[in-house]
Amino acid sequence: MQVQVKTSNALKGSAENSKLKTFLSSEFIYNYKRSPTAIIGSIITIVVLLTALIGPFFTVQNPYDMSTIDLSDAYKPPAWIEGGDSNFILGTDQQGRDILSAIVYGSRISLIIGVAGTLFASIIGITLGLVSGYFGGRVDALIMRMADIQLSFPTMLIALFLMTFFGRGIGNILIALCLVGWVRYARTVRGETLTVKKKEYIEATRVIGLPNFKIISKHVLPNVFTSIIVLSTIQVGSFILTEATLSFLGLGVPVTRPSLGMLCNNGFKVLYSGLWWVSIFPGLYIMLIVFGINLLGDFLRDELNPKLK
Amino acid sequence: MLRYLVFRASQLILVLIVVSILVFVFTSVMGNPVYLMVRENATEEEVQAAIEYLGLDKPLPVRYGIFVKNALRGDFGKSYVYHQPALRIISERFPATIEIVIVAMLLSALVAIPLGVYSGAYPKNFFSKSIMTISIAGISLPSFWVGMVLIFVFSLKLGILPVSGRGDVGVFLGIKTSLATVSGWRHIILPSVTLALGSLATILRLTRAGMQENMRQDYVKFARAKGVPRKKVLFGHALKNTLIPVVTIFGLQLGGLIAFTTITETIFSWPGMGKLLIDAINSADRPIVSAYILFVAVMFVFINFVVDILYTIIDPRIDLK
Repeated sequence: MQVQVKTSNALKGSAENSKLKTFLSSEFIYNYKRSPTAIIGSIITIVVLLTALIGPFFTVQNPYDMSTIDLSDAYKPPAWIEGGDSNFILGTDQQGRDILSAIVYGSRISLIIGVAGTLFASIIGITLGLVSGYFGGRVDALIMRMADIQLSFPTMLIALFLMTFFGRGIGNILIALCLVGWVRYARTVRGETLTVKKKEYIEATRVIGLPNFKIISKHVLPNVFTSIIVLSTIQVGSFILTEATLSFLGLGVPVTRPSLGMLCNNGFKVLYSGLWWVSIFPGLYIMLIVFGINLLGDFLRDELNPKLK
Repeated sequence: MLRYLVFRASQLILVLIVVSILVFVFTSVMGNPVYLMVRENATEEEVQAAIEYLGLDKPLPVRYGIFVKNALRGDFGKSYVYHQPALRIISERFPATIEIVIVAMLLSALVAIPLGVYSGAYPKNFFSKSIMTISIAGISLPSFWVGMVLIFVFSLKLGILPVSGRGDVGVFLGIKTSLATVSGWRHIILPSVTLALGSLATILRLTRAGMQENMRQDYVKFARAKGVPRKKVLFGHALKNTLIPVVTIFGLQLGGLIAFTTITETIFSWPGMGKLLIDAINSADRPIVSAYILFVAVMFVFINFVVDILYTIIDPRIDLK
């Protein structure tokens, strides 16, 4: 999978260009084109990302701007149900907020937390995993004991406790996600580093006297990158779910920045009065996002995991 | 075996020390309980008296010592809300939580293992592929959302199942449980289905992966070559070996299920430990939160221990060191 890592540089020159061609005619791309689930997954993910990016230009309201919200629009059902308003396709909530607009804005927060959380957790986890696997010894024992202890508790529960102590806030969620997410990276990267370390080319780099930092960053890291890509795809989905759950319980994002989970929390209060659309649609959208990401992740895992081939 | 037990016991102690320090540090650093005790415009002396009463004038290590000493006797202080010992309230709520966890567990095992075996044995056929895609959807579902949909459809629209609560409690073998009454069962269906969905998908996928892994092994090929019918190889040989990792996953899922009861119980107002925790968090009921954390910590280490023992019973090749 060296090839795939390098595609970002592929357009630089003609030599690089042929690499792009090799990539496009590779087995990976061949299988991708023949996997309906992978294609559906990519389409969903792209649509979701585009919606978050440019969707706010097309919504009828800005849920953060109180002046665009009119209380007289409250309690409107979705447009296709009697009493619905064609302005508010998915209906409005108890304060007159348009559900569709709220979903578009909310998905931004959910996605940012999912992606940023994965990014930070992976940086910490990869670093610890590389150090642990490459140097071994006491550092390794300490890091892995910590990972063991943490793994004996469910992720969701640890995140819940951390948020109890930290309090609501987007920054706090990111810290909590880092603290729960690093373990899987550290474990995977450590395992792979142990195998890569024994290879002759790593020994060669030692013989020519490269400093450890350079060996790790230039020679070990690229070779464990495949697993990191697979892991990260799945992690984004699971972080979005974790954040949604925390926010639903009132332990996640602040009320002023409602993510999709927070919207469900708000909607749950009025579910019993029959206003099902306030909570059901945001939840459905969470599922759509995570489903798309997981379909992609599933394909990547099957393709990039040499053990299964 | 003895060495293993000693190793596990020391691990348990290590985990508890780490968790207790974390709980202590977090609970003592965050917020100031003094202002929960004194009236709004209290004098300097009153504040001082409260600080001394709570033992906050002592240095941190001493306070940690006191915390541990009390915790060892099961004393986490009285709940600020219920005015009863925290641990007692938690243990009173424990059976309700275990009930939905057990029902959810059985549900997911009964559905997931047969489907997993089937789709692992015949990975190429359409039914198996659909199962796999649906299972990805299952993993992607937020469990609180599933709960809301179930409430809306079965309780509010169709009106066939109760919305919330635990229903009547009967006594079975000396234990008070909802599983002993019809009303209890009617109440338990929706929460446990909600709880089961997530672990169902996970167990299904792992059973399938294990099955596929085993189908490639030499002993399966040998059995087929010697003329054992395919079905018999599937269920007599491959399934047995597949179940080993599934048992571990079950152990881990059990922990996960207990964690997710916080959500399920909140949605269905089920009076278990999970709802207690969320309520305690919202009302800053610190003794309950610390007691809950240490309670589940002990429980999880115990679950892992039982899973390891089960492992050796199912698979004699595994030697616990």
